[in-house]
Amino acid sequence: MSEPRRYVSPDGRLAGGAAAELPVASDELLAGYRAVRRARHFDERAVTLQRQGRLGVYAPFRGQEAAQVGTALALRSGDWLVPSYRETAAALTHGLPLATAILYWRAHPAGWEYPADLRLLPFYVPIASQLTHAVGLAHASTLTGDGAVTMVYVGDGGSSEGDFHEALNMAAVYRAPVVFVVQNNGWAISVPTARQMGNTRIADRAAGYGIPGTAVDGNDLLAVTLAAREAVDLARDGGGPTLIEAVTYRIAPHTTSDDPKRYRDEAVTAEREAEEPLVRLDALLVERGLWGDGEEGALRAALEREFASALAAADERPLPAPEAIVEHVFESLSAEQRWAWEALR
Amino acid sequence: MSGPGLGQRAASAVSDERESPSQRPAEVSSLNMVQAINQALDQALAGDDRVVLFGQDVGRLGGVFRASDSLQQKHGERRVFDAPLAESGIVGFGVGLALAGLRPVAEIQFAGFLYPALDQVMSHVGRYRHRTRGRYTVPLVVRAPYGGGVHTPEQHADSPEALLTHTPGIKVVVPSSPERAKGLLLAAIDDPDPVFYLEAIKLYRAVREEVPAAPYRHELGRARVVRPGDALTLVSYGGMIEVCLAAAAVAAREGVELEVVDLETLVPFDEATVFESVGRTGRAVVVHEAARTGGFGAEIAARIAERMFYDLQAPVGRVAGWDAPYPPFTSLEHHYRPDAARVLAAVRDALLA
Repeated sequence: MSEPRRYVSPDGRLAGGAAAELPVASDELLAGYRAVRRARHFDERAVTLQRQGRLGVYAPFRGQEAAQVGTALALRSGDWLVPSYRETAAALTHGLPLATAILYWRAHPAGWEYPADLRLLPFYVPIASQLTHAVGLAHASTLTGDGAVTMVYVGDGGSSEGDFHEALNMAAVYRAPVVFVVQNNGWAISVPTARQMGNTRIADRAAGYGIPGTAVDGNDLLAVTLAAREAVDLARDGGGPTLIEAVTYRIAPHTTSDDPKRYRDEAVTAEREAEEPLVRLDALLVERGLWGDGEEGALRAALEREFASALAAADERPLPAPEAIVEHVFESLSAEQRWAWEALR
Repeated sequence: MSGPGLGQRAASAVSDERESPSQRPAEVSSLNMVQAINQALDQALAGDDRVVLFGQDVGRLGGVFRASDSLQQKHGERRVFDAPLAESGIVGFGVGLALAGLRPVAEIQFAGFLYPALDQVMSHVGRYRHRTRGRYTVPLVVRAPYGGGVHTPEQHADSPEALLTHTPGIKVVVPSSPERAKGLLLAAIDDPDPVFYLEAIKLYRAVREEVPAAPYRHELGRARVVRPGDALTLVSYGGMIEVCLAAAAVAAREGVELEVVDLETLVPFDEATVFESVGRTGRAVVVHEAARTGGFGAEIAARIAERMFYDLQAPVGRVAGWDAPYPPFTSLEHHYRPDAARVLAAVRDALLA
């Protein structure tokens, strides 16, 4: 089993020591750090809002910010990002407005009002079913020559689904410009990876499909960023798909409805908090002299301001009318929806 | 991959050619249904750069029924290509192509092989427009041969249309003749919503019909009266239309004129045409090949009962496959698939009620 690639240790030390050169430009590191902080801020506020009854059931991603932000930042405008329900951080990083994200988690129809030029698919709920869509999007890029790359997310549990196999195989056959990102967070609700699969290094399965596979420390923003860039570049240059396994840990419950105490020792979870991405990023930035009280104060204020403004915008949206239930089933109302539409008015 | 990108040309080339068949009466040819479908696919590929055709064996082989015969040679491997043997993958891949703005036409080799793709069908194909409030749409066509009558092996003769009609957001089209098949398929490919297009295997080579050479469309969601009558309405679709017409011919010899309504599109359901007919005849028998319980015939019968109860002279009858899996090969098939005799028995019950 290959060891996941890592640049920054959990205590924030760069491989090679304090004298080692950063593998990315410092402004790129800072941009990634700010995006991770923005995602963390959203996640913490979302959990609070859910507890207050101001959000529906929510799937937190605490601890998985580096895996999501690092991969999403490797994309450019015009690339497709295909998230599952736990990838709010990736979606926000790719351009989903905060207010729209809040409205989605309220099941408000306006949660679908994506900016017209944003190539982001909606959050997927049926596990792994998004993977073949991503292959179709990617192959469409091959056919139309639009130069786009598609990045799609799935978890360790999703790697057990038949669609995982079908998608990787199809992508390999068509050499589709798609990057598969598996966030191996150790848990599929209550089932640990050891009871999910016989070979717990998911990236190794890539060889079986004849495509490149790489495992990275998913809590190391630099490792994720570099692996994602390589995969995106390969796809864009006609080299076909890559399977990236970002090894991370689901610190939070599966959703706000879940009770992890029923199936795991939360003392172990607390220990894993020490390995989450921000602990090491904070340490690295301070060590490198890239972050101080001034930057910290400004960032906190900006994040609070941005979220408050988005929440206010979301709160302003009136509840949908009942007849919205049968709108958009087809382009125009058929007799069946017309009948229901009249009944609901 | 090199070459010009697809999707650069809009559908204008197609819409310019939308003349009615009657304008060019000389340009017709005698085609069976699979040839008519082949011609529709050929013209869809020629008329709209966004159309791509894919599925198991659709490329070099031209499909196991030859529906895509010679289309890969004519339109190239970028437009017509084989897919790995993975039904869920084929439908999911088609969803992705459609989301990207193409007009994919997927083939599932037999409708009875659709089941691995049902998660895609129910979770995404029929739901995408709705769950994104129109932000994303899936103008995907899935073609699949269905039904029996030709002694196929196990699981090659299923009629799963009710699984599809019960799924909101999916249109379901079942043509009953070569001329109708071409016009309905071209309309399905133009449609902004997902369409399942089920082709009765029994009809592929059963009859030939004059089919206009130019592209034309038959509007989806319109039933039609294929034989007028006043004694009773037979409501059916697809492979059972010829069975209903055979029954009507027998009844006519006894002076009983049965009206045959061909639904053609199950969703959206053209209840007005059915109600108008039943309003005149006062009797209805619904005929399909799929198993009876929960079949689409149950929906038709329920609609008639809800709206036409006081016009009815007899209970609505149903002739359908038995509530059992479809029998393979030759030994029992003819006892399963409805024939004119079974239709006439139900007609007799309704007329004597």
